[in-house]
Amino acid sequence: MLIRISDDALARALGADKLAAAFAAKGHEVHRVSSWGMHWLEPLVDIDGKGFGPATLNDVDAILDGSSAKAIGEIAQHSFIAGQQRLTFARAGKTRPTSLDDYAATGGWAGLDRARAIGAAETVAEVLASGLRGRGGAGFPAGIKWQTVANAPSPKKYIVCNADEGDSATFADRMVMEGDPFQLIEGMAIAGHAVGADQGYIYVRSEYPDAISKLNAALAQCAGIIAPFRCEVRVGAGAYVCGEETSLLNSLEGKRGEVRAKPPLPALEGLFGKPTVVNNVLTLAAIPHILTEGGASLYDSLGVNRSKGTMPIQLAGNIKHGGLYEVAFGITLGELVNDIGGGTESGRPVKAVQVGGPLGAYLSPSQFDIPFDYEAYAAVDALIGHAGITVFDDSADMGGMARFAMEFCAAESCGKCTPCRIGAVRGVELIDRILAGGRVRDTLELAPQMHNVPSKTRTAEQEIELLTDLCDTMKFGSLCALGGFTPYPVMSALKHWPEDFTGNTAVAEAAE
Amino acid sequence: MTDKATLIGEILAAHAHQEGPLLPILHDVQHALGCVDAESEALIANGLNLSRADVHGVVSFYHDYSSAADPRPVVQICRAESCKSRGVEALMDSAKAAAGARVKLHTVYCLGLCSSGPNARVGDTLYARLDAAALTQVIENA
Repeated sequence: MLIRISDDALARALGADKLAAAFAAKGHEVHRVSSWGMHWLEPLVDIDGKGFGPATLNDVDAILDGSSAKAIGEIAQHSFIAGQQRLTFARAGKTRPTSLDDYAATGGWAGLDRARAIGAAETVAEVLASGLRGRGGAGFPAGIKWQTVANAPSPKKYIVCNADEGDSATFADRMVMEGDPFQLIEGMAIAGHAVGADQGYIYVRSEYPDAISKLNAALAQCAGIIAPFRCEVRVGAGAYVCGEETSLLNSLEGKRGEVRAKPPLPALEGLFGKPTVVNNVLTLAAIPHILTEGGASLYDSLGVNRSKGTMPIQLAGNIKHGGLYEVAFGITLGELVNDIGGGTESGRPVKAVQVGGPLGAYLSPSQFDIPFDYEAYAAVDALIGHAGITVFDDSADMGGMARFAMEFCAAESCGKCTPCRIGAVRGVELIDRILAGGRVRDTLELAPQMHNVPSKTRTAEQEIELLTDLCDTMKFGSLCALGGFTPYPVMSALKHWPEDFTGNTAVAEAAE
Repeated sequence: MTDKATLIGEILAAHAHQEGPLLPILHDVQHALGCVDAESEALIANGLNLSRADVHGVVSFYHDYSSAADPRPVVQICRAESCKSRGVEALMDSAKAAAGARVKLHTVYCLGLCSSGPNARVGDTLYARLDAAALTQVIENA
């Protein structure tokens, strides 16, 4: 019997390797395939399209004789899968990630072949027509970026894939690299062909050892297919800020991962000062499909307003049915969290949902009717980012989460600009004082010589005013999104759950 | 030449063909020696025609490089938002007790298994859906 079990890092972390070995020991052929993305069912055993999960070693015999209570029926018919529109993740669960044969047999390289047939200028035009926007977070139209690089006169150009997916709640990049690495490489080769670049780099974070080894295995096999384009994997070194494109370029050059001021745009002066396309994994992985016959117009027909195509949304945190859900833009947050995600795993009411990773706003259930759309989120001071969704139940302490946002920014700031480097530290202190109920004068201020300092303590309300002001400075004064977007989680938490900040007023009252 | 100089010379030679080779070189040195100390920094700087300050600036910037070797086994525990929402903070007291002085607990922000936290990593092995007992087990086996 042919058994399919994922070799995705998540399945492996949950014991898929031992499970696969157990089936193999009983004389069955085991194929290690990519993950379907139904993470609450991992490790998922797939026999002729029928699924069993989450499987443990104790379930092996029952699964083989068909009596297992963990049967979920036809995997493809499962409501979580049937409701999706999978373009980027079309092969998820179906192919062996590093099998060149599997990739070619499922439409692989068709996009690259067609791009070569229609020529560079027409390839850029197809990407423009698809309406594809950068999936890293900023949502900049990919076609315009490519056009800029294509038009830049230079004998040397680069394609850089940003695979430094450091946001909590995001794992779509990891799943592409581990589950369908050839698709990403094909997308980069198409980009290289379109803009006239012959060298590509994939900058992967060091926290993804499986993705690194699979990309290297894939690159070794397909070097002849993508030639004259060459591609190399580079491993990050644990700096979150290197997910910012200019900081990533510095890191690739072997420097500290400090952010560069823009302009000049990386499209004109990027890696080693040369015109460079820097795209996120999901952007580049969407390209092969767009370049197939009719792919661009299909992409453009999906989605809403200026948010075109599909988005691989990642359902994470305290959610019953967590995993990867690729769907056209326009789906509401409520549908994602309640209908598809099944609410919280703990069974308690949803309190807050953070969309867009550590720099994304916390949304309250009262905002569950917002459609998944870049502009709709921006209109309520929130962001889609890399489409990671973290669900919190009613035990969450939002004051603590706001403090963590500042703490995270302080820990990961590159130090180049003051609002981020110092603002984040002051932000932690301010939130601590707000949580303590206000600011009490310190020993120095109480000394008689310091009679000019204000004699009153500052109340929590006055501290909140200062925090609001600080957030304003960080938002408009920071060089990049790390300092610039940290105010989103802080201010949204303060706006929706003020009671989590001012529950303890004992200090201020005692000091009066 | 010292052993270290020979080793670093070999690593430098292996990366000679690369553009911007400093990070890959530092990864190799960190992996081989468990740290990038001042002597290594000087050797790398010399080999790449950089100043020692340049190299030290890079080593000190990234979390993955350390200036002194730590013989203890390392258990990385994710404490980012998704793992927090799934209760990692409640596991930290028992984790610290289990680690004691023998194991180094290292906080990381995100291992990319966010639908199934709390998560940990030892070497290149990942662990997901940990509860207090499972995390203690991971730490004791590290």
